[in-house]
Amino acid sequence: MKKQNDNKIRKTGLGARASRRISNTIIYIVLIIITIVWLFPFVGILLESFKTETNMQTPYLFPKEFGFDHYVKLFTKTDFLKWFGNTAIMGVATAVLQTIFILSMSYVLSRLRFKGRKALMNMMLILGMFPGFLTMILIYKVFADAHLIEEMAPLGLIIVYCASSAMGYYVSKGFFDTIPKSLDEAARVDGATRFQVFYKVIMPLSKPIVIYTILMGFMAPWGDFVLASYLIHENSQGMNVAVGMYEWLSRTNMNTHYTMFCAAGVIVAIPVVAVFLALQKYYVEGVTGGAVKG
Amino acid sequence: MKRLSDLDYLKLNKWQAFWYKFALFFCAIPSALWKGIKKIGGFFKNCGIAVKDEFVDIGSTFKRGNWAVKLSFFIFGFGNLFYGQVMRGILFLLFELVFIAYMVVPTGGIYWLSKGNWFQKGATIGTVQGGFQYNEVFDTDVWVPGDDSVKVMLYGLLTFIFIFAFIYTWRLQVKQCRICMDITAKGKKIRSGKDDVKSLLDDQFHKTLLALPLAGILAFTVLPIIYMVLVAFTSYDAAHDGYSNLFSWVGLDHFNELFNFSQGGLGLTFGEILSWTLMWAFFATFTNYFLGMFVAIMINKKGIKIKKFWRTVLVMTIAIPQFVSLLYVSKLFTTSGLIGRVLEQIPFIHNWRVANNFVSLWDSPTVARILLIVINIWIGIPYIMLMATGILMNIPQDLYESAKIDGASSVQQLTKITLPYMLFVTGPYLLTSFVGNLNNFNVIYLLSGGNPIKGTAGGASVGHTDLLITWLFKMTLGSTESKYYMASIIGILVFLVVAVLSLIVYNVIPSTRNEEDYK
Repeated sequence: MKKQNDNKIRKTGLGARASRRISNTIIYIVLIIITIVWLFPFVGILLESFKTETNMQTPYLFPKEFGFDHYVKLFTKTDFLKWFGNTAIMGVATAVLQTIFILSMSYVLSRLRFKGRKALMNMMLILGMFPGFLTMILIYKVFADAHLIEEMAPLGLIIVYCASSAMGYYVSKGFFDTIPKSLDEAARVDGATRFQVFYKVIMPLSKPIVIYTILMGFMAPWGDFVLASYLIHENSQGMNVAVGMYEWLSRTNMNTHYTMFCAAGVIVAIPVVAVFLALQKYYVEGVTGGAVKG
Repeated sequence: MKRLSDLDYLKLNKWQAFWYKFALFFCAIPSALWKGIKKIGGFFKNCGIAVKDEFVDIGSTFKRGNWAVKLSFFIFGFGNLFYGQVMRGILFLLFELVFIAYMVVPTGGIYWLSKGNWFQKGATIGTVQGGFQYNEVFDTDVWVPGDDSVKVMLYGLLTFIFIFAFIYTWRLQVKQCRICMDITAKGKKIRSGKDDVKSLLDDQFHKTLLALPLAGILAFTVLPIIYMVLVAFTSYDAAHDGYSNLFSWVGLDHFNELFNFSQGGLGLTFGEILSWTLMWAFFATFTNYFLGMFVAIMINKKGIKIKKFWRTVLVMTIAIPQFVSLLYVSKLFTTSGLIGRVLEQIPFIHNWRVANNFVSLWDSPTVARILLIVINIWIGIPYIMLMATGILMNIPQDLYESAKIDGASSVQQLTKITLPYMLFVTGPYLLTSFVGNLNNFNVIYLLSGGNPIKGTAGGASVGHTDLLITWLFKMTLGSTESKYYMASIIGILVFLVVAVLSLIVYNVIPSTRNEEDYK
């Protein structure tokens, strides 16, 4: 009887290991398929950018002959460098200003208690429910008078991106909420002003969220199409990469600019991906923290 | 619906329990809505009470106050100056002078207010229509500019806001004068200007930090949104752009146009787009959510190696700007695109396409919609995966250990521990993500552009895959037929949909999390 029991245990033990191996193999297969699906478009863009043909009527993925034609043309024959510069400037400026705005707002809402705080939070919640770009109807008119459109659109866009950015305070407020309040209180007892608490106690602890906010600010202008297309108005000198490159895939331009689009896409992706992967850790912290804490 | 007792509930089998909960959720909606409405009603009631208290306080201040306080009812900051708060007094006085000067100068507040014909149905905004007039110098007709309705409305709105600010400041300084009087009567010292500046870094630190962000929000979100809401009641479109043609107040006429379901009305189009928008948001949210969670569970399973690699692969979609990847992917599925070509080789798809006269897969309404949802999975899974990974790591390991001792299989552990825990923690996220998908402009506009085209409505072409938000975008960007008023109305309706949804969800799902609990 006892022996039989032992046997049974060994058997199930073996079975468990075997079944784990099977399930792990299945998981590996699924993950490899996922990897292929997820990376296919990126590899595709990269390979197509080296083709020497200009249209998309090429029924093969790997270029017949590798060439850097499009990259050369990109910088010599088009305004791409200008667009790239515009976007980079917008990215840096937005990163700086937006970080200041968001951190101020979220710090205040998280740590300080004052009259009207709840009302302020409710107001921002409600404002956030309006489709944001409707505000562009008015902003476009005003900016047109102030000459902040077309060629000067990058400046106008920086203002648009940053002005209301404090409404996206949720993630960093969630972060500040997790810093123990006793730290503030201890500093206050020692005679620190609220400014000193902010500057000397909280800020040194907030590196992850500062980096996360900077990262978000930097990435926003690279992907923005809606707001930019309002202010730029087909003026090539003021375009950002998204609006500029969107035109290349229009029905009339597609056959002459398709592979150029891929080349430009590769160049646009490089700085953003580099920054992103370098700071990935902070991004993950922000996403997970923000979602869990609301 | 009758609520079961705990004992009766436990007697139900799995399906019955599920349906019971399901029914319970929907039965709770009316009461949740009612609760929400009551909350809003309560808010207005409180506002009324606050306003009444203010008036009572102002009256008693005037009665009780000495001559300096009484005089500060007319001269801003007089009381402050009288009691030695020079800085505040001067600032208040300056504000009053600027306000009066702004109102009375020739093109100042009164001028703009008088131009507006505010809320008179049928009346134009602005009174002088620009037009061509004969000019002797040039011996031809030249454009003589009249009023610009856009400006009249904007400056009128600013003037209204300025007036409110004036009333608020008046109230503020009267109150401060009274407080100064009370403090002096008690024989205590009044805060000096120096104290005021110092307190901006201490007690009043929130004012310093909030000044810039709030100014930005007021100028670039609040003001434009109020303006936009006003536009919904006007006839502002490409033909009446305010400059070449004044536009006018039309009241609720355009709302009627939108809800007109007969021929020529926008009702049907609006209904179709709204239902697709809701359908899209539902599928986009839940496919991403569950698939993303399963990917996260797979990657985080014990014994799976190079976890970091799998994660980084997925995160690439977040890092690469969406317009690059989405535009490229959308072209992959056209007839000359790589995937489109491969699919073409399948006879079934080829025959179906030819039989229906579709040039590419994007031309079929149903297929285009399915493609959008599938490609959206490609975009959305990484976010959920990251979030779920963070949550998975937070699940207490002893739960699994005790489950193992009790003999739970790994499938049971998944359905009884992991999934319920995740659902519980990410409940509020689902709402945010649903709302985000309702307004998911990028994915739709860059992938399908709203095509295949169904017709024109509201001064813009409408496609089968258009969401409200992309339709709205086309309405404002179309050059000759833009209907800004219709865009505003739809914007308001989008707001209402989102607000009602949030109201229901926040009231039905018991929110266990209190803000102060974290500290």
